[in-house]
Amino acid sequence: MSTLAAVLADGMIYAAWLFLIAAGLTMIYGVMRILNMAHGSLYTLGAYTAASLVGAWLRGGHPPLGSFLVLGAAALLVGLVVGPIVERGLLRFTYGRDEVVLVLVTYALFLILEDLVKLVWGVESYYVTEPYGLLGTVDLGPLTYPIYSGLVVLAAIAVGLALRWGIERTRAGKLLVAVIHDREVSAALGIDVSRVFLVTFTVGTTLAALGGALTAPTVAVVPGMGVEVIVLAFAVVVIGGLGSVPGAALGAVLVGLVRSAAVHLLPQLELFSIYLVMALVLAVRPRGLFVAAEARKI
Amino acid sequence: MSDARRTALGLLAAFAVAVAAAPLLPRWALFLVAVALGRGLVALGLLLLIRTGLVSFGQGLFFAVGAYAAGTAGSRLHVGDAVALVLLGAVAAAAVAGVLGLLLARYRTIFFAMLSLAFSMIAYGLLVESPALGSTDGFNVHPATVAGVPFAGRAEAYAPYLLALAVAAAAALALDRFQRTHLGRLAPAVRENELRVEYMGASVRNVVHLNLVIAAALAGAGGAVTALAVGHIDPEMAYWTTSGEFVFVTIVAGTSSVAAPFAGAILLELLRSYAVQHAPNTWQLVMGATMLGIILALPGGLWSIFTRRRGARP
Amino acid sequence: MTRTPRSLAVSIVALSLSLAAPRPAAAQAPPAEARPFRLGVVTFLSGAAAGPFGVPARNAAEVLVEALNAGKGPAPYAARGLGGRPIELVFIDEAGGTTKQVSEFRDLVQRQGVDAVVGYISSGDCLAVAPVAEELKRLTIFFDCGTPRIFEDASYRYVFRTSGHSTMDNAAAALYVTELLPNARKIAGINQNYAWGQDSWSDFSAAMTALRPGVEVTTSQMPKLLAGQYGAEISAIMAGRPDVVHSSFWGGDLDAFVLQAVPRGALRRTTAVLTCGETATHKLAGQIPDGTIIGARGPHGEYAPDNALNRWFRASYQDRFVLTPNYPAYHMAQAILGLKAAYEKAQAGRAAAPSQDEVLASLTGLTFATPSGDIRMALGKGHQAVEGTVYGMAKTVGGKLTFVNVRRYPAERVNPPEGVKSADWIRTLTASPR
Repeated sequence: MSTLAAVLADGMIYAAWLFLIAAGLTMIYGVMRILNMAHGSLYTLGAYTAASLVGAWLRGGHPPLGSFLVLGAAALLVGLVVGPIVERGLLRFTYGRDEVVLVLVTYALFLILEDLVKLVWGVESYYVTEPYGLLGTVDLGPLTYPIYSGLVVLAAIAVGLALRWGIERTRAGKLLVAVIHDREVSAALGIDVSRVFLVTFTVGTTLAALGGALTAPTVAVVPGMGVEVIVLAFAVVVIGGLGSVPGAALGAVLVGLVRSAAVHLLPQLELFSIYLVMALVLAVRPRGLFVAAEARKI
Repeated sequence: MSDARRTALGLLAAFAVAVAAAPLLPRWALFLVAVALGRGLVALGLLLLIRTGLVSFGQGLFFAVGAYAAGTAGSRLHVGDAVALVLLGAVAAAAVAGVLGLLLARYRTIFFAMLSLAFSMIAYGLLVESPALGSTDGFNVHPATVAGVPFAGRAEAYAPYLLALAVAAAAALALDRFQRTHLGRLAPAVRENELRVEYMGASVRNVVHLNLVIAAALAGAGGAVTALAVGHIDPEMAYWTTSGEFVFVTIVAGTSSVAAPFAGAILLELLRSYAVQHAPNTWQLVMGATMLGIILALPGGLWSIFTRRRGARP
Repeated sequence: MTRTPRSLAVSIVALSLSLAAPRPAAAQAPPAEARPFRLGVVTFLSGAAAGPFGVPARNAAEVLVEALNAGKGPAPYAARGLGGRPIELVFIDEAGGTTKQVSEFRDLVQRQGVDAVVGYISSGDCLAVAPVAEELKRLTIFFDCGTPRIFEDASYRYVFRTSGHSTMDNAAAALYVTELLPNARKIAGINQNYAWGQDSWSDFSAAMTALRPGVEVTTSQMPKLLAGQYGAEISAIMAGRPDVVHSSFWGGDLDAFVLQAVPRGALRRTTAVLTCGETATHKLAGQIPDGTIIGARGPHGEYAPDNALNRWFRASYQDRFVLTPNYPAYHMAQAILGLKAAYEKAQAGRAAAPSQDEVLASLTGLTFATPSGDIRMALGKGHQAVEGTVYGMAKTVGGKLTFVNVRRYPAERVNPPEGVKSADWIRTLTASPR
């Protein structure tokens, strides 16, 4: 019984972390048809920026509780600066090219960003451990969990609800759906497609950076921390159905629970549990669990 | 002179020149070219897939299967001849593709890419958890002979290069021939319109499956060639970044000629070698920027430099 | 594509010529002693292993070679460079996998013309490079990689390793646990799922079983290398309530594990045994709970003996890089000083440079002084070093990490004898007679 509780708790915490990263990835794919390999680098950028800013905040003698806001601000900063630079400065020259070519463009971008991060922050690790312990812990049976993990779960839920509300209830969201359905017709109807792309990529970047910023207090921020994350996020997004935010949420929960069950019950399976889930889901539902509502044009 | 014949003559001429150039080349270049040709073989398979309308992000799986098959046969079964090991690698990879193809052949576009990636990552996990195969440290392979010639002394320096050249030339010739057969011509038809192919009475699924197996055999041969040239095998060969590099080579090189993957692979290896040497701290940045430049400036890939100049783009 | 094949032929010819052009003119080379000794140094300059291992090792190489070239080394290393010949370093990034490393190694030897190579942190790279070093007949010293397989599965003429192999780390860890935690009956493990982590765990659990029959393993967690998130693993460890949790984690993974485990109280009743813990102590001082058992893969860092060489090495390193050198830096010092000792012994007071064969012969079976004490090339037919090792418990005093209950294990206590495989030897380990 306590194992089941632990599997659920650990699974949901992991799922929340996965969803934060995968949400931006699936959104960018849904709108722009770009499978962004550089997503992990944006996550890394978020983590480094958060580490630097929170460090400065605490050294400045500001109230420690404010560091949570600084984490969010770091993500926003990365999103608003890097997002537009990458989209306007690079990606817009590649629209209309084959999807595979776009993957390779972002792969090249990933290589460049990895070295740029190294040039700015060096290879030494950075630490912002304060926020992790700040809220204390809570006991769940024999196990103890930091309340910070609950905060990450709340953040993931908030992001999911905000995206859903933003897409379904706002004008901008409706324009977005129109562009997803038909890029050319939307443009003909007077929708500024390139603006929609700019906003989408900026939001996606901010989400990736938020994932990194919220992870930073729980780890050492080191070079290459985003590499492993990319392929995990891919798996989640593919399981859920490319381009679908609810799909990414379900994919994250599924992967989180299966991985956590593997760790508790069959640790040898942990290494490929995620890919097994992905292969099984695709074998049964070739396009993922939630096929995005729009018709793919053939 | 027919187009097929011209390609064949060109490939044979290139092969002859490369063989003749062997004594002129420094040793590190012989190795670099051998490894690049091993990668080129995988890219050649990807070229066939791309012409069929498919991109695999899991060719590393077949690359690794070929390498491990050659490696275990060499070290456990004492198969000594490098040529036999390469054939074995190709057959093993083809067999695996024959099975996985039953499922993979139903998929297209990004879903095909992701399912192939999932398979390669499962294979990676299995290899990592196999202490008998050295886990992530892998193991060393040493062939005894190449086509009967003992693998020692001067042969040690030249054999991998000549072996890679011979396998690459044979594979390119065979693939070019295949693409001109009735079955081969169905590949671009599948990419353009699957429905019409079915109306003509051909089975799209079988065409895709066959091309998957051929591409896997090429990747397996490439894995075996690489293993013999490097002398070492490890699970990294099945990792998704390896597969990603193969796709990169193929796209950057261009898909209009069977020679393009090899030329592209050699150029990228050279670039990497110089970047690592002259910019040990920023070589990834150099690689990324160069690749971006090529993608943006040459939409048809590097090979389009040759085809575009004559205004004869296919 | 009518003329494609011809352009292919043309391009191949052009390529061959361009490759052939920059060949070094070997015939005009001056005598060896008139030119610097070119030393290839391969360590991680990028990726996750750069921060904890690669860069400290590179820093150590730089500081050391600079001081040696200036003739500022203490006895017995007072001669300039290598026997009067300045050392010139060529750095290569170890990131990118074995195929790339074999390629870079060939480049170093055949294109850059280095006289020797010191390098390799990854065991996979060591295994892959060793036969190539043999083929190219170039002196190669592995400075940090751990796997015992290198000299147990093969024997080499040109390849050496100047640090102890990983069996020692886990044999000594098990001895330390049995000696200091007499009531520890339940053990758990968390190790990275790659050869290093798998070997470390199988060595440690085998040694524990040999030393204390009936020991119970509650769980062996093997998360993926660089996973970063260990929430579920920590829960699984906590659920089994083990007395000891063994980990060969390093770098960011080790930091993340400690950072995530400590606030949850996972290390309150369970003692962590961190075989590579020393690299984390430089940054995580306030986080490591008292009583945590820390290893440094030999008598390195805080565990290094108080001798003239060590004082000099620490001071020169700290002068430049502020932090004290960690164990990979010490391993690098061992490799370079080993080379210097062998070179100068082979030179035997002559002015002329010794031949490579002479250096190989003098390094084989050599005993030489290092900041970590004397190193003996005692295993692998004189090619593999043995050194003693040290374990201790962390204790934070006034915000500064110190070590208590420090125990030193002599080399022969924690290394198999020549000719016995580590995996067989470790099962026969017996408790220290006291």
